[in-house]
Amino acid sequence: MAIGWYLTVSALIFCIGAVGVMIRPNPLVILLCLELMLNAGNLALVAFSRMWGREDGQIFALIVMVVAACEVTVGLGLIVAIYRRRLPINVDELSELHG
Amino acid sequence: MTAVLFFLAAIGALAGAVGVVALRNPFYSVLALVSHLIALAALFLLLRAEFVAAAQVVVYAGAVMVLYVFVVAYVGGQDDPLHRPGGALKVLAPLFGLAVAIELCIAMLGTALKGISSDGAPYVPGFGTPEHIGALFLTTYLFPFEVASLLLLVAAVGAVVLARRRRGLEPEPEVDPRLHAPRSAFSGTMAEAAGFRAGAGTTTEPEKQIEPIGSQTSPAGVGSAADQPEGGW
Amino acid sequence: MSTTTFGWLVLLFPLLGMIIISLGFRRLPGTSAGWLGTLAIGLAFAAAVCALISILGQPDTHRELTSKLWDYDVSAGVDAQLSILVDPLSIFMALVVSGVSTLIFLYSIAYMKSDRGYNRYFAYLNYFVFSMLLLVLSGNFLLLIVGWAGVGAASYLLISFWYRRTTATSAGIKAFVINVFGDVGLVLGTFFIFRHTGTVDFQKAFAAAPHVFSHNSTDLVAGCLLLLVGAFAKSAQVPLHTWLPDAMEGPTPVSALIHAATMVTAGVYLIARMHPFFEIATTAADVGAIVGCVTLVVAATIAVVQTDLKRVIAYSTMSQIGYMIMGVSVGAYSAGLFHLMTHGFFKALLFMAAGSLISAMGGEQSLDRMSGFRKAMPFTFICFIIGGLALSGLPPFSGWLSKDDIIGYLDNRGGGFLILGIAGYFGAFMTGLYTFRMIFRAFWGEPCAEARELEDGHLVHHDVPTNPQTGEAEDTDVGFPGAEHHIAERDLSMRVPMSVLAVLAVIGGVLQIPGIDNALTNFLEPTFANSHLYHLEGSTGAEWAGLIIGAAIAVAGIAVAYRTWVLRPGTSAALQARFVRIHTFLYNKWYFDELQDALVVRPVQWLGRFTETVLERGVIAGGVTGGTVGVVRAASAAVRRAQTGFLRYYAAVVIVGLAGMALYFLISAS
Repeated sequence: MAIGWYLTVSALIFCIGAVGVMIRPNPLVILLCLELMLNAGNLALVAFSRMWGREDGQIFALIVMVVAACEVTVGLGLIVAIYRRRLPINVDELSELHG
Repeated sequence: MTAVLFFLAAIGALAGAVGVVALRNPFYSVLALVSHLIALAALFLLLRAEFVAAAQVVVYAGAVMVLYVFVVAYVGGQDDPLHRPGGALKVLAPLFGLAVAIELCIAMLGTALKGISSDGAPYVPGFGTPEHIGALFLTTYLFPFEVASLLLLVAAVGAVVLARRRRGLEPEPEVDPRLHAPRSAFSGTMAEAAGFRAGAGTTTEPEKQIEPIGSQTSPAGVGSAADQPEGGW
Repeated sequence: MSTTTFGWLVLLFPLLGMIIISLGFRRLPGTSAGWLGTLAIGLAFAAAVCALISILGQPDTHRELTSKLWDYDVSAGVDAQLSILVDPLSIFMALVVSGVSTLIFLYSIAYMKSDRGYNRYFAYLNYFVFSMLLLVLSGNFLLLIVGWAGVGAASYLLISFWYRRTTATSAGIKAFVINVFGDVGLVLGTFFIFRHTGTVDFQKAFAAAPHVFSHNSTDLVAGCLLLLVGAFAKSAQVPLHTWLPDAMEGPTPVSALIHAATMVTAGVYLIARMHPFFEIATTAADVGAIVGCVTLVVAATIAVVQTDLKRVIAYSTMSQIGYMIMGVSVGAYSAGLFHLMTHGFFKALLFMAAGSLISAMGGEQSLDRMSGFRKAMPFTFICFIIGGLALSGLPPFSGWLSKDDIIGYLDNRGGGFLILGIAGYFGAFMTGLYTFRMIFRAFWGEPCAEARELEDGHLVHHDVPTNPQTGEAEDTDVGFPGAEHHIAERDLSMRVPMSVLAVLAVIGGVLQIPGIDNALTNFLEPTFANSHLYHLEGSTGAEWAGLIIGAAIAVAGIAVAYRTWVLRPGTSAALQARFVRIHTFLYNKWYFDELQDALVVRPVQWLGRFTETVLERGVIAGGVTGGTVGVVRAASAAVRRAQTGFLRYYAAVVIVGLAGMALYFLISAS
């Protein structure tokens, strides 16, 4: 299969993830959508790695996985903290930072 | 054969992605993401990235997703309410996403990159094996490797601190009563200039929410107290 | 050592004294600060004497010596230097200032003994004398201004020395404000002169004056009038005199210092020093003479009706300074300075005696309550009599020779000056009257309770010390003023300076006796060598005639006082009832305070309120600040609306931005 196909799939997953971030108010799901976007990026990286025949892209993808793991840890920690404080788990209602 | 496998995997991945976004119960979203990740691992394999595929399944679909499941179970998988604010965004968001997707496709179609339409570089034995990846991590990419490990440590500590159980509510911060004395217009602090009383965000007692005289001239700045959550921080 | 070295030493000792006392004010025990301060001024006096001896050894043409320590700034058109001018005039002034000050310091050692601010007092006093010496020794306008301002600041510190008295602090502020008004005049006047002469150095400016200024040129008259404003403020001349009587709120030795040795004589010195300018700007000189004359009459009339002992003496100072200003303005430099010196002696003596008397009254200053102290305080009484006779100008006392020297000079110049001379004789009559009114009321008649106590050997101390002006109780625990009183009869260090001054008040006139000797005139000659008015003295016969007339008038004044207050004690009350309007007018000091209030204070207050309410609130706060704040507020309110706090909204914005960027790259690539 041509590399272009992989890239197309990657682009579609990325856009689905972006739409999910925009329409879902649950922070847990927003985190999941972020995972989607990161994975779309990973797919593109690996595809390009294949295209050039070099492994640097895969290295990059692995680092992205690490970052994603960190982001998940902190994000889930935040969600647990929010829950502990009896605050609504809904990003629309967590809006103290408004101007 | 490859094409069949690719389409199967690609459809699986896309379906998983759509499931994550579309399913109303967060628990089902997590499950959809797991399936999406496994499909993605298959795509990685097709791209001859064996180690990445393995890591994807073991670390991502395995460990990280288990974490998600735990949290969902802990927090409770409430369904999203049907009527929620931001209705306009619900319509606009798919449009924005579609716009980005079309732009990316145009970019791929119009690109001068020849390799995109090929099947990739000639296969070299050993490409993408743990051996090669490990050698790269310990030689060329040693520094990013170490930084990544440090990042993981920081994230772990941060998560512990964030999710730690506090002992009761923290004491109310003392608010200097002088800050609430009536003052003449055009005198005061930066906080007041922005429409806030100093310390207004930390107190919930209504009698303390006296706005400065000067702020009456800007109604836009008065709403701060109304949006406060009921439980004090 | 050269003459100028002594000049620098004169400045150095008081400065050192001030620094040592102020740095060690917590550690100096007992009266050591007083002795240190006295020693510092005594050394300054000794240095001044050395300078005098040294300069007498020089030929007449080499008696104006300038010495500079360093240049502050010498560039195009400016020659700011730290320089002193040692000439007969400055040495004369330094001698008078440091000499009389030494005696006043000595007096203060005992007088202020129980005051809690003892060390602070002597630090201030040293600073005061240092400023005054800097003023008289400065060799250029800049240092003159520095000394001038320093004297003003020191007077503020000392007048409000008992800072827990509200009357004292307001008097200090009043003195300071009026003095600063004078400082501004001095600075502006200096500028007018500097603009034409191009130098701030005295000698160069004096040398250039006849060449750059024509007779009565507008700029010079303006400059000299502004200098006169400075002189009037410092020397308490009408209409800038109102601070002087209020300055009596300070401790009595401070009054003596301000009146006799430092401060008020600065104006006289200034006019004498600037004589090359004033002789060209004759209009300004005439203004000075007329103001001096008016002051001497006004002050003398006020002094007749005042009941506060120190204020009577204060108004007499104003009156005497009026004589001096009048004298130096018309050209009687040596006579004016001669009077400055003798006045320093007898006025210091009078204040010291008054201080002793006030102590005996337990802090009370009102003449209405005093009587019959003649037997109780013989020494103070004798000093008062000597001072009073010298002030009234009775032969052979020093005041007689010096005051009538001025009037004789005026008579000799004739014309309009004759009117000034006649006013001077009127003032002399009034002087005799008010001086002996004071003495007769305090020392004659039935002894009052305090005097009787003192005759029994017991010094009165009130149970509760009160402010003599307002009757407020004073807190002597905190220390102001001291709880104990000291009188000359009991304290040697008060008696010694009074004796010395009494002797000087008697014999001080020998420096200048018409037809017999002319020591002061000859000594000051080099300073006034370029003056064409300096030698306009009358013939010996005419001067003696003037002296005899003056003495007769003074005797007449004293006689009237004797008849009014001793022979027929009810006369004054009858007169007061008969001329109640005049009495009220004089008792209220010609309403000068009220006039200043109406002309200056009220308008300034009104202006202040106006700017506060209209300019500050309306324009600045409302328009400028408020407008800016409004604009910023409106702008930030608009921007703030973008910050909704909705995470999904932000994400949408990011995606839109991403789409926009991608679009840009696509378009630019195609």
